[in-house]
Amino acid sequence: MDLILFLVFAAIAVGCGINLVVQTHPISSALSLIGVMGSLAILYLLLGAEFLAAAQLIVYAGAIMVLFVFVIMLLNAGAERKPASRSYAKLFGVPLLVVFLGLIAYIVQTFLPKTEGVQFGKFTGGGAYEIGIKLFTDYLLPFEIVSVLILVAIFGAIVLARKEID
Amino acid sequence: MPQLNSVPLSWYLILSAILFGLGIAGFLFRRNIITVFMSIELMLNAVNLTFITFSYKLRQVDGHIMSFFVMVVAAAEAAVGLAIILTVFKNRQTLDIDEVESMKY
Repeated sequence: MDLILFLVFAAIAVGCGINLVVQTHPISSALSLIGVMGSLAILYLLLGAEFLAAAQLIVYAGAIMVLFVFVIMLLNAGAERKPASRSYAKLFGVPLLVVFLGLIAYIVQTFLPKTEGVQFGKFTGGGAYEIGIKLFTDYLLPFEIVSVLILVAIFGAIVLARKEID
Repeated sequence: MPQLNSVPLSWYLILSAILFGLGIAGFLFRRNIITVFMSIELMLNAVNLTFITFSYKLRQVDGHIMSFFVMVVAAAEAAVGLAIILTVFKNRQTLDIDEVESMKY
């Protein structure tokens, strides 16, 4: 059952990823990215990361992608023009990418020691309780620094987009 | 042949590598600035998957925390980056990264 779920959602993720790269209209790419994020949330659940699966759906597929789609609609972005002369990139890029990924797959299969497979329910330390305990004891300083980062990002976004309003 | 109720750990890592490679390809090939930005998000997602896979392997929750921080930084980055895209579009009326080249020469 785990294997079937993994294969189905990995296939969806890779298919949507390819679609993201191939499509010329940004709204199609955005919908493909939502597909990738949704299937990755299922894979997180299989790995025992319940809290992150929920956060992935709420923060990534919800908030960030709404922001993207909103900007695409606001700018009325159309399909991009055909590239002028980049045939060499398609000629060499795709085979090189396949070779590179094959090499990575070979290295991972060779050097990773034979471990037990991933089974749903074997690791249950990814709930909100465990994450909260860890976040507010060992990782308290990074947590506080991240709050400052978000504050700076809010200021930056407001200052940059303010000219748009007036 | 793996059993039906367990997935080899390396398959997750290979899936993550595939998604990261697709993100790199989109970042390099696409010319629309919004699509380039979405490719970056795809790469961040691939790295998150690696973190969570190794977190499962080591039976520790630290990888989840790292992945959580990556998510927060991605949200901040999306807000600032999209504001920059708005400003660029307002000043130049284009979304093509090949036409935004005044810092190139």
